[in-house]
Amino acid sequence: MADDILRIRTPIGIDYTWSSGPGSVGYMRGLENGKLLGRRCPVCELVYFPPRNGVCPRCGVLLADEVEVGPRGTITTFCVVNVPFLGQTIKIPYVAATILLDGADIGMQHLIQECEAADVRMGMRVEPVWRDKSLWTPSLENIMYYKPSDEPDADFDVYARHL
Amino acid sequence: MRDVAIVAYIEGQNTAATSQTPVEMIVPVIHEILKRANVERSDIDFWCHGSCDYMTGQPFSFVSAVDALGAWPPIMESHVEMDGAWALYEAWVKIQTGEAETALVFGNGKSSAGDMNRALTLQLDPYVVAPLWPGFRALEAMGARAAIEAGTVTERQMAEVVSRSLRDASDNPNVLAYGYRDPDELLDEPMTANPLRAHDCPAMADGVSAMIMTTADRALEMCDRPAWIRGIDHRIDFQNLGLRDLGRSNSAALAAFHAGVTKDKVDVAELHATHSHHEVILAQSMGIDRSTTRMMPSGGALVANPLMAAGLARFGQAARQIFKGNADRAVAHAAQGACLQQNIVAVLEGN
Repeated sequence: MADDILRIRTPIGIDYTWSSGPGSVGYMRGLENGKLLGRRCPVCELVYFPPRNGVCPRCGVLLADEVEVGPRGTITTFCVVNVPFLGQTIKIPYVAATILLDGADIGMQHLIQECEAADVRMGMRVEPVWRDKSLWTPSLENIMYYKPSDEPDADFDVYARHL
Repeated sequence: MRDVAIVAYIEGQNTAATSQTPVEMIVPVIHEILKRANVERSDIDFWCHGSCDYMTGQPFSFVSAVDALGAWPPIMESHVEMDGAWALYEAWVKIQTGEAETALVFGNGKSSAGDMNRALTLQLDPYVVAPLWPGFRALEAMGARAAIEAGTVTERQMAEVVSRSLRDASDNPNVLAYGYRDPDELLDEPMTANPLRAHDCPAMADGVSAMIMTTADRALEMCDRPAWIRGIDHRIDFQNLGLRDLGRSNSAALAAFHAGVTKDKVDVAELHATHSHHEVILAQSMGIDRSTTRMMPSGGALVANPLMAAGLARFGQAARQIFKGNADRAVAHAAQGACLQQNIVAVLEGN
C-alpha cells in the first residue's frame, strides 16, 4: 500500500535582513576588538551584557552608557551536559554555565573547559580563552570557552542577587 | 455591556527601512502614549500586542517585545499573531469581562526585514496553496480582477481612490507616499500585476501604533472627547480561495452588520484597504456610502502600510477624528489574510 502514497516535499524559505539595532552596535564592535562592552540602564543602573535589544526590560527604557565588563567572571549556575544530540560539536560530558562577568548585572551563557565537569561549582572564578585574533568577528564566538582562573571562589553574597 | 472608549492614540514614525530592532522601535511609542493619556505604567492593567514572527524571521520574537514595556512588577499581557486591531479586540473583551479597566494596545511590524510578498504567502493553506508561492500581490490582483469582471469595481474608481488618498496623505506627516495625481494620469501608468498598477498597492513601511482604552469611570480623565466603541465584531471567510468569490468580502459585510454600521449615518470611515479596489469592495459590503462619508482622511493604508500596525492605525485614526470633533460617528476597520479574508469592524461615537 505504501507505494500508493504520493509524497511531495514543499520546502519553505525566506531571506531576512537582520539588523542588530543601534543599541547593540557598540557591543558587536567591542567583540570585534576583543572588548566586552555592556550598557547601563539610566533608571535602575543595572549593567546588561549582552545589551539584549538595547532595552532594560525591567524599566522599559533604552539603555544608555557603554560599560566595559569582565573579562573575568563568576559562575552563578551551571549544567553538566551528558546527553548526546544531533549536531553536538563538543565531547560530553561538558559544562554550560551562566557567568556573571565582573561589572555586569546579568549572567551570560558560555562553555567551561580545561577542568573536570565534576570540579565546576557555583562561585568558581573563570576567565575567557579567545580564538586567534585573525579570526575575530563581531560575535561572542570569539571567546572559545571560559576556564578556571585559579582565584579563590567568590562569596555567595556577591552573586546571590543575580541567580 | 460596559462602555469602553479609545482615549489616546499615537504612531511611531513610519519609515521605509529602519536600522532599529522592533523592541527599540516600540519603546519610545509606549512612553509617548502613556504621556498622551497622562497615565503611569501602573495604571495599565492589561497590555495587548499584535505582531507576526514570519515578518521578523525569529520564533517568539513577540516575547522580546515585552522588554519594551517595563514588565516589573509583573504585568498582565497577551499577544496575537495578527494586526494590532485584533489585540484591540482582545483588550475590549478583557475589559468587558471585568478583568481589566484600562488597556494599552499596540501593533508593530518591520516590513523591511524581508520579502513581505513572500512572507504573507505563509498565511495561506500550507498544503496545496502556500507551496505554490503565489505571492500576495498576485492574489490581490486576482481579487481586483474578480471585482472588475463582476462590475462591482472599475479601474477608474481605483484610480480615484489612489488620487484622493495621495492628496489626503499630503496633510499627514507620517506617510511614505503623497502628492497630487490626476486619476487620468494614474490610469496611463503600466500595470505591475494586472489589473493592479504600482500605485494600487500599498507603500510598505516599518512602524508602530499604540492606543489606550478604558471604561467610563476614567475615560474623561484621559481624554476630552473619548471615542466610544458602540459596536464591534470580527468575522472570517473560508481559507480555501476556491470556495470564495474573491471580488467580495462576506465577512466584512457580516462584521459591519453586527457592529451596527448602518444604524445611523457614518461621518468618517477608516478602512484598512491596502489595495485601491479594497475600499470600493469594503464600502459596498459594509453599507458605507462613499459619497456622503469622508473616506480615510489620514490617507489610509495605501500611503503607509506598516504591517501589523496599519489595521490598528485605522482604529486610531478614526478615533482621532472623534477626539478632534471632526466626526460624531466613525467606522474603523481592519483586515487580514488574502483578499479581505478576515475583517474586524467597530463603530466609534463621540457621545
